[in-house]
Amino acid sequence: MGGATLSYLDPGFGIYVHWPFCAAKCPYCDFNSHVRHNPVDQPRYVAAFQREIQQMRAKTGPRSVTSIFFGGGTPSLMEPQTVDEILSAIGRAWDVDVDAEITLEANPSSVEADRFRGYRAAGVNRVSLGVQALNDDDLKFLGRLHSVADALSAIELARAIFPRLSFDLIYARPGQSVGAWEKELDQAIGHAADHLSLYQLTIEQGTPFYGLYKSGRLKVPDGDHCADLYDATQALTAASGLPAYEVSNHAVPGAESRHNLTYWRYGDYVGLGAGAHGRLSHSGGKTGTVNRRLPEHWLEQVESLGHGMESEERLDTEAQADELMLMGLRLREGFDLSRWRDLSGRSVDPDKESFLVSHGLLERLGNSRLRCTPAGMLVLDAVVADLAA
Amino acid sequence: MTASSRIPLSRIRNFSIVAHIDHGKSTLADRLIQMTGGLADREMSEQLLDSMDIERERGITIKAQTVRLHYKAEDGETYILNLIDTPGHVDFAYEVSRSLSACEGSLLVVDASQGVEAQTLANVYQAIDNDHEIVTVLNKVDLPAADPDRVKEQIEEVIGLDASDAVEISAKTGQGIPDVLEAIVHRLPPPREGDADAPLKALLVDSWYDAYLGVIVLVRVIDGVLKKGQTIRMMGTDAKYLIDRVGVITPKMANVEGLGPGEIGFITASIKEVADTRVGDTITEDKRQTAAALPGFKPAQPVVFCGLFPVDAADFEDLRSAMGKLRLNDASFSFEMETSAALGFGFRCGFLGLLHLEIIQERLEREFDLDLIATAPSVVYELVMTDGSKRELHNPADMPDVVKIAEIHEPWIRATILTPDEYLGPILKLCQDRRGIQVELTYVGTRAMLTYDLPLNEVVFDFYDRLKSISKGYASFDYQITELRPGDLVKMQILVNGEPVDALSMMVHRAAAEKRGREMCEKLKDLIPRHMFKIPIQAAIGGTIIARETISALRKDVTAKCYGGDATRKRKLLEKQKAGKKRMRQFGKVDIPQEAFIAALKMKED
Repeated sequence: MGGATLSYLDPGFGIYVHWPFCAAKCPYCDFNSHVRHNPVDQPRYVAAFQREIQQMRAKTGPRSVTSIFFGGGTPSLMEPQTVDEILSAIGRAWDVDVDAEITLEANPSSVEADRFRGYRAAGVNRVSLGVQALNDDDLKFLGRLHSVADALSAIELARAIFPRLSFDLIYARPGQSVGAWEKELDQAIGHAADHLSLYQLTIEQGTPFYGLYKSGRLKVPDGDHCADLYDATQALTAASGLPAYEVSNHAVPGAESRHNLTYWRYGDYVGLGAGAHGRLSHSGGKTGTVNRRLPEHWLEQVESLGHGMESEERLDTEAQADELMLMGLRLREGFDLSRWRDLSGRSVDPDKESFLVSHGLLERLGNSRLRCTPAGMLVLDAVVADLAA
Repeated sequence: MTASSRIPLSRIRNFSIVAHIDHGKSTLADRLIQMTGGLADREMSEQLLDSMDIERERGITIKAQTVRLHYKAEDGETYILNLIDTPGHVDFAYEVSRSLSACEGSLLVVDASQGVEAQTLANVYQAIDNDHEIVTVLNKVDLPAADPDRVKEQIEEVIGLDASDAVEISAKTGQGIPDVLEAIVHRLPPPREGDADAPLKALLVDSWYDAYLGVIVLVRVIDGVLKKGQTIRMMGTDAKYLIDRVGVITPKMANVEGLGPGEIGFITASIKEVADTRVGDTITEDKRQTAAALPGFKPAQPVVFCGLFPVDAADFEDLRSAMGKLRLNDASFSFEMETSAALGFGFRCGFLGLLHLEIIQERLEREFDLDLIATAPSVVYELVMTDGSKRELHNPADMPDVVKIAEIHEPWIRATILTPDEYLGPILKLCQDRRGIQVELTYVGTRAMLTYDLPLNEVVFDFYDRLKSISKGYASFDYQITELRPGDLVKMQILVNGEPVDALSMMVHRAAAEKRGREMCEKLKDLIPRHMFKIPIQAAIGGTIIARETISALRKDVTAKCYGGDATRKRKLLEKQKAGKKRMRQFGKVDIPQEAFIAALKMKED
């Protein structure tokens, strides 16, 4: 990555669209996703998205969109026409690059061939499948509605229809050995996606897993075992040509998620839909936007006020410096020290840097970038806490 | 003439009550006040003489208190009974001895179910040393577990007092209280004859600070008469004061014209601080001074020191002012500013003993709402330097270069322990482990009385807690400081990632250093969170490492998912972490949370 060009490091400008509904809530998930028993009135949501897009366009001014991402919830519950109308509205508001990356998250259980073709026709060129495991018992444990067979046929179909494909797996499951995980991961790599998101299971507050964990009925691997699993993951993916470019994301070089790189390179992004966040630069500063979290609240507010925001916070330069570092150090390419210095008004503490370097946790990439070593990546939160203080 | 001159000495009795904690001293005092009409029932609050919350709660008396009772005896005469309630604890032994020297007799109160305890012994021997007549009172005879005959036998065997005429009472129900009053009148002697016309000679028994009246001084007159308007001189401190009030405590304060020989009462004299008055001092009249001061005056010396630091550095000034207020009423408590790399700004404080330390710390926390960290208590060592000079060491941090020290002397105590014999084995082992030297072991029925000589520094280190836990709370313990003895003592330092942590240094006996060092390292290993690198924790004497533990490096601390919607939450968490680091102290790049210091300094072995 030493030969990276400046344009490669361009953070880009992304649009995030949140579809906040799921067929069922998974027991580990603390995302803003909701199960509704009555059918969701999609045309009404489309209209609200259209209004919100207009309003956001007024804030950002004219810009070139490099990526669009439909996340959730379960965006594959959207009608292709819904996706199409939202993409059209985005295209009317901003200038969308011809090679813009347009990703949609899909659940293997909600995959239908017709729908996939519809998304593709609407302009989606990348799909991210929530496979999560290649083992039926674990899929059941994770509360997923699909089977391994469902996942495999979804992968086949997606690969046939979309130019780019990624899928997610969750590991560090209760009782999972390094050997078992290596076998499963190897199998996943064999399905030839160009991108994999490999997340360690995290027990989040407010989820059913959290209650089980607190009461001792759910045992998760300890930190040392998680570290072993992580190390095994790095070794196997790198050997298979899918090295990590971020803490939990792996890609064939060049197939990284452009949209997510915008977050980690601390670029600007617009957040649309319930609970979505945005980061918007303007002369002399940066603003963070947060939308109303509940879908119905967001919907009604957009309909009455034209926007769905709950708060709009001006980020001071120290806050921006913190965010730049905590996002940037997640990347294998690290972050630009002079950009951090310009924001924080100071250099990274040389004592702290050399101390962390001497312990093999940080390293310089050329003169101007600082990044975590693979060992540092595993204790990233502690590294950031030390370095940012 | 004066009111007092009309009362013949034959109708005055000055007495105190000697008892172990919980044996009912304060309840008995309350009963005596009630039965002699000192206060109406509705004015009685439980345990009237213990006026501080902390005294009432812990069932201990810290300051000497006094009350004057008027008792119409069965012989038809009215007697004045002056009761001085004394602090029962060894930490205040000097105050106890002064209070006792103001009286001619004592009531020895023993719980009829518990029997004689170590504290009872120490105090009753002091009373005997002061030539007191002693009336034995067996309290709580109404309890099913009471065994008066066995306890009488024990009193005779252990203390050597004739207990055949012990008064059996229940202070709780009031049973036997009239017998106590009669015994005071008939079995305790009146005050020795004094000379009302001689130059004034009075004993300063105690003093305390009152927000309205200033310092109130409790006195016992030997010769002469104390009167309002007199200019007095304190012979120990050589300070002069004009008396503006003379009175007695009934327990309401009542002015009297004067106090004559044998009487006990109070004076006020525009004295600003308790520190200006010394317990045991002799008070005389400035213009007509007594020829000889009373013997035995000595200011109380602190024997235990520790650092007290505010948990929140912002409370430092509040702590200073709170300590100043406590010192107003407690001259034996001393403090001076101290800085610690680990704990910031605080005070090095001197105390009369461990209980005194605990009480002061608790009062600071409770009455002044302060959160405090206390460093390990340390005794006062005498350093004999190679050039022959001597100096005191109050704080291990001040330890000079060892090559300049010829010898270190440490204070020793003589401890008395009374215990049911089933616990004797482990108690003997505890004393041996603490470098104790057995002086005596006697049995009284199923109870054993142990006398041990022990180094005080072994006692300040959780000895009492261990004793209580070994004996399930049944053993009682008392001690007095006897002498300084040379000891093979070393300063042990704790190093975290190679850097010494000043607040954790301690003086230990060389033979105990390794064990103590290992315990501290093990404790810190659990208390210091894992870092991104491995952390050695070492105990060292000089340059020699005597114990070592390693905190292994943190292997995983990373959020798996962090996208556009997570930036705000992660930043806020980071801001919190940055603020949290300000409450930590850094040693060799290791952030030690304050809670770790607090827990490490808790000396109790769990």
